[in-house]
Amino acid sequence: MTLVPLVVAVPLLAAAVLAAFGHFAPSRLDNAVAIAVTAAVTVISTVLVFRSSDETIHYWFGGWRPRSGIAIGISFSVDPLVASIAALVGALATAALIVSWDYFAERVPPYFHVLVLVFVGAMVGFVLSSDLFNMFVFFELMSVPAYALTGYRIEQQSALQGAINFAVVNSIGAFMLLTGIGLLYGRTGALNLAQIGQVLSRGPADGLVIVAFTLICAGFLAKAGAIPFHFWLSDAYAVAPAPVCILFAGVMSDLGVHGVGRVYWDAFSGVFARHAAAVTGVFVAVGLATALFGALLAFVQAGLKRMLAFIVISHVGVFLAAIGLLDALGLAGATLLVVADGFAKGAVFCAVASLARRTGHTDELAAHGLGRQLPVTRVLFAVGGVALAVLPPLAILGGHAWLRATFVVTSALTGAAVLRAGARIFLGFGPKRDPLLVAPPRGEEAEVPPTPRAGALLWTPGVLLLAAGLAVAFAPGLAQRAADQAARAVDRPALAAETLHGVPAPPREAGGLSPVRYAYGAAAGLLAVSLAALGLYRRRIPGLVERPLDCLKLLHDGVVGDYVAWLTAGTAVLGVLFAFLLRDGP
Amino acid sequence: MSFLPYALAAWLFFVGLYGIVTSRHFVHLVICLGVTQSSTYVLLLAIGYRTGKKAPIFTSGVPVKVGAVDPVVQALTLTDIVVGVTVAALLLALVIEIWKRAGTVDPDELRRNRT
Repeated sequence: MTLVPLVVAVPLLAAAVLAAFGHFAPSRLDNAVAIAVTAAVTVISTVLVFRSSDETIHYWFGGWRPRSGIAIGISFSVDPLVASIAALVGALATAALIVSWDYFAERVPPYFHVLVLVFVGAMVGFVLSSDLFNMFVFFELMSVPAYALTGYRIEQQSALQGAINFAVVNSIGAFMLLTGIGLLYGRTGALNLAQIGQVLSRGPADGLVIVAFTLICAGFLAKAGAIPFHFWLSDAYAVAPAPVCILFAGVMSDLGVHGVGRVYWDAFSGVFARHAAAVTGVFVAVGLATALFGALLAFVQAGLKRMLAFIVISHVGVFLAAIGLLDALGLAGATLLVVADGFAKGAVFCAVASLARRTGHTDELAAHGLGRQLPVTRVLFAVGGVALAVLPPLAILGGHAWLRATFVVTSALTGAAVLRAGARIFLGFGPKRDPLLVAPPRGEEAEVPPTPRAGALLWTPGVLLLAAGLAVAFAPGLAQRAADQAARAVDRPALAAETLHGVPAPPREAGGLSPVRYAYGAAAGLLAVSLAALGLYRRRIPGLVERPLDCLKLLHDGVVGDYVAWLTAGTAVLGVLFAFLLRDGP
Repeated sequence: MSFLPYALAAWLFFVGLYGIVTSRHFVHLVICLGVTQSSTYVLLLAIGYRTGKKAPIFTSGVPVKVGAVDPVVQALTLTDIVVGVTVAALLLALVIEIWKRAGTVDPDELRRNRT
């Protein structure tokens, strides 16, 4: 029980201590302390996964438990699904800090470790919170260190621009989120998610509820990078230092989707129960568009970091669609694969860090054949690429065959992009010029001077992350257990009774899982290899593909005003859709 | 209950967004972000306001019977202000660095430099 607040308190306190005294200690000592703290977060979160497997842990701060069904205090709710995401945060942060040990050529200032620790504490707090305003506070607390870490390379103009675009778009998303929270509080008088859900389910789905739902979804989706809120993401990920990208790509974006899922299930699933099919339609449509768009743009990037940024966008689309299926299987699949895929994305970024440190390049064409001397990084990159293709199709545990087939294609494209780049860089395959590929903007990708000897500390964390990711994805029985847990998480009335009245929710069992998902995964893996070969050796680009792609590339112009216009337009479209589809008739 | 505060909140939100979308100067843009954020302060305070009630400070001299406006939204607003100040400070620091490197703080001109 008392372990619950520690996962948030320990990193935040350690950050305060490092901020005060870190300047007096050598940089290596600061890094060692930070690694110890994030490792502790990982271990405690893993313990919580097991402790909460029989019964959800509700921790009320200061012992302010609900009185006669009214929540007066603030709570964390821990079930194995959210605890496993917290463990992912801890593990990725540990890997990022270990990579940063050898990655930076200069002395790392103590504020780097302080920012990473605050970022970790806030992300863990965000996934555990079952209070809407606390979710907002942790959302902001994880955003501000992320802006600062994006602009860490302060001498690069592109890093500054990426950080500004990130900060402006995400801040507006956060204001929308807060406006939605304010409207909900005005209607229900509650901030606790379970209690909001209870009050809302007694009333109709009227204009205020729909506006609040739209604003909350838009705020979270801006963080997740769903279409058309994604423009900041590729600018920011391309300029953030590679160790920071491990955390960004591995888990930060997926937390936005997690927020949508948690708020829908706990607060809105009652009031929108009659319109669940419409909500599914909207989420799956946005998810499909995001997955397709991200995969196409990932495939035409020459800069590895920008490529991985679009892969993150594409996979966010898959997770959004999985959660949008609005059943226990969808939630279970999404959570399981957020963890597995997060490990895989982190591992590929470790390989990128190793390549950048050794050769000074992260551009596929510029680094052609330069990676031949890196045997382990080469294998890590290749296996990671296949994993990026195979894992997302495993996330869609239900849904129509055509939906799953589409996600096989998009995931295969993302895996193929990595495999093609890997074949060029590490094996010297294919031509050195490619008219299809977009070169990264000037001065964006190079960030560290090359060294002749890159240490094992750069790739060892990657190998461990990838092993963990594959273990989570393929461990026998784990998906079934996740589905059983998810069946409990989607039973809103029982969960609300447990939170507010202390009536334990009964254990639930989801239906059996069909092994057909492995067939989809295998298909995606094979398709990825063929597409990678096609990308290397095709003769010319069909005009049908080339022109629309050029238009898409032009949209990513780096001007923050345009990005905000897209954010506003996207929110308006979402709002109009929800207003037509979700409103209760008179 | 008057609808005026809600109309004001909506106005502030959209006028701030308009300023951000059309901005030609990053400092102007950061201020517009602050304008957008002010809409959330107005909205939150309007939600908690009760006509004729006192501030939520209970000392021995004030009878509890009078009632008070909602203190929860005031706490939310305070948190919101702290967040806003942090983000604005960070953004302005980044803008100063951009000015030092590029010699301009016009988003459109920075785009021309990039391509």
